[in-house]
Amino acid sequence: MNFAGITPGEWQAIWLTAKLAGLTTLILLLLSAPLAWWLARSGSRLVNSVAALVALPLVLPPTVIGFYLLIVLGPQGAVGGTLERLGLPHLAFSFWGILVGSVIYSLPFAVQPLREAFGAIDTRLLDAAATMRAGALDRFFSVVLPLSRSGILTAVVITFAHTVGEFGVIAMLGGSIAGETRVVSIAIYDYTQALNYGAAHRLSAILLGFSFLTLMLFYAINQRVMNPLKPR
Amino acid sequence: MTTLTQFTEPTAQAAGAADALLEGHLTLTRGAFTLDTGAFAFPAQGVSVLFGRSGSGKSTLLRAITGLDAATRGTLRFQGEAWQNQARRLPATLRNIGFVFQEAALFNHLNVRGNLHYALARAPASAPGALEQLAARVGISHLLHQSVTTLSGGERQRVAIARALLSQPRLLCMDEPLSALDWRAKSELLALIDALAQETGIPVLYITHSPREVERLASRVIFMADGRIERVESLREALARPDSALFDEEGPVSVLQGSLQASDESGLASFGNPMLRLRLSLATAARPSATRLRVLARDVSLATVQPQGLSILNQLPITITALHPGGQGRVTVVCTLADGQALLAEITAYSSQALALAPGMQAFALIKSVALME
Repeated sequence: MNFAGITPGEWQAIWLTAKLAGLTTLILLLLSAPLAWWLARSGSRLVNSVAALVALPLVLPPTVIGFYLLIVLGPQGAVGGTLERLGLPHLAFSFWGILVGSVIYSLPFAVQPLREAFGAIDTRLLDAAATMRAGALDRFFSVVLPLSRSGILTAVVITFAHTVGEFGVIAMLGGSIAGETRVVSIAIYDYTQALNYGAAHRLSAILLGFSFLTLMLFYAINQRVMNPLKPR
Repeated sequence: MTTLTQFTEPTAQAAGAADALLEGHLTLTRGAFTLDTGAFAFPAQGVSVLFGRSGSGKSTLLRAITGLDAATRGTLRFQGEAWQNQARRLPATLRNIGFVFQEAALFNHLNVRGNLHYALARAPASAPGALEQLAARVGISHLLHQSVTTLSGGERQRVAIARALLSQPRLLCMDEPLSALDWRAKSELLALIDALAQETGIPVLYITHSPREVERLASRVIFMADGRIERVESLREALARPDSALFDEEGPVSVLQGSLQASDESGLASFGNPMLRLRLSLATAARPSATRLRVLARDVSLATVQPQGLSILNQLPITITALHPGGQGRVTVVCTLADGQALLAEITAYSSQALALAPGMQAFALIKSVALME
């Protein structure tokens, strides 16, 4: 494959980035939906503490998150050590390790749009559904999710794009192992360190184009979703 | 503080059995507001109107009855079935309740048919074509494919009513369903709700703070104040009490029941029954199905002898039942008509003394104007 001079190693980095971002988005959707619902609707006293925890990755330097994860997931850490005792590999410098890192790092980008969407739903709609015999799970799938389309789309796109743009956590936790942890952003860094500016230009342009197109598509779709008067 | 609210309706005594009642004693605290109904029991049939000022606890009581608020405590039985007691609370999803909200609460992500189907799909199996039939009955057949965001306020409530009925409820709850509508939509929907309640036989709990809606719809009135049920009365009882909260705005009102007969050669229609006949000009007789006639007490004068040479059409023989001195030198006179229905007259204390009115006296009521309720 020789498209625009992209080398097999670079294709590998692009595929790895897509896989990481895709899996992160999938896991975060499943994880964030109940969490966002609890944050938006429970009225629990713990909401603010949990919301602060979820938002931490927004303000912490990625190196801090990466450092702690390296400790915890590494062979001496609580998680990594336990895995080793079970005869499994620890997670530092592995794809599964940077997946855990990405999930934690992108968590606020998935939770926040969902929390806003869930919080904006008129409770009377849920009451009306309940009087029509819809149980809690039925209400969630038949009323909450369809009315949160815009928030879900936002969560998916922002989480995916944010994971594609991730660097610090992966550099700390994953290093640069081809096919395992060397995603596009890491490859660009490596090229720059090696003064291979031509290759760095190529990959940077790809990320720039991808990010711009993703966001443009997102706004176009969102405009249609947000406008209920247009026929569907 | 628990007072057993009495009910003395003939229908209740006829039905008698506890299996036709909504009874219990509910408490519910929401923020600074506390609902504590006191023990209550009234027939779960016809239209029971919850009436009271805003903040009196009407909506909170309705939520407590529907089971939508998990913080509700106390006991509740509906037609003999325990909906709530100390041990357990039947969730709203299992109470077979239809609910029509003030703002209709339609699902924007579904079109009109989708909203109706939502209820139908979760209800016990119904006859094929039930959706289309009901849509036709409430007048929304032409809207089925439309997005609910394009509907007028009146259309939205029609959809909400159809949706509630399609879930085959045993009890239909309506929380100020007309308050956001203009007068024309209001009067059309009042007639529709009244007709549907009679056709389906589903008992209705209806919240309003409008005396006119009470007079138009109610079988009985549940008066609420400060989070309590103050009293439960039949509409007739409620209207026979000159200090009724129903009269706070417009003064005392009588509602006469009867049927309408077409205009005669004089161009006048008549309303009433074999014992009672009132005559109306054509303009007031536009609605042939009207069964209730509204008379403001201040439009009724009294005469101790039948007057001659008056333009007033309706001069009815009455017996004075009671005199209630009101404020500002006025007296509300409770009169009984020939057929036993009550008619209130508001006159000055001076006239009352000059005519020496007293309970038991025969006299004539002169009615200046009446309004058909439709």
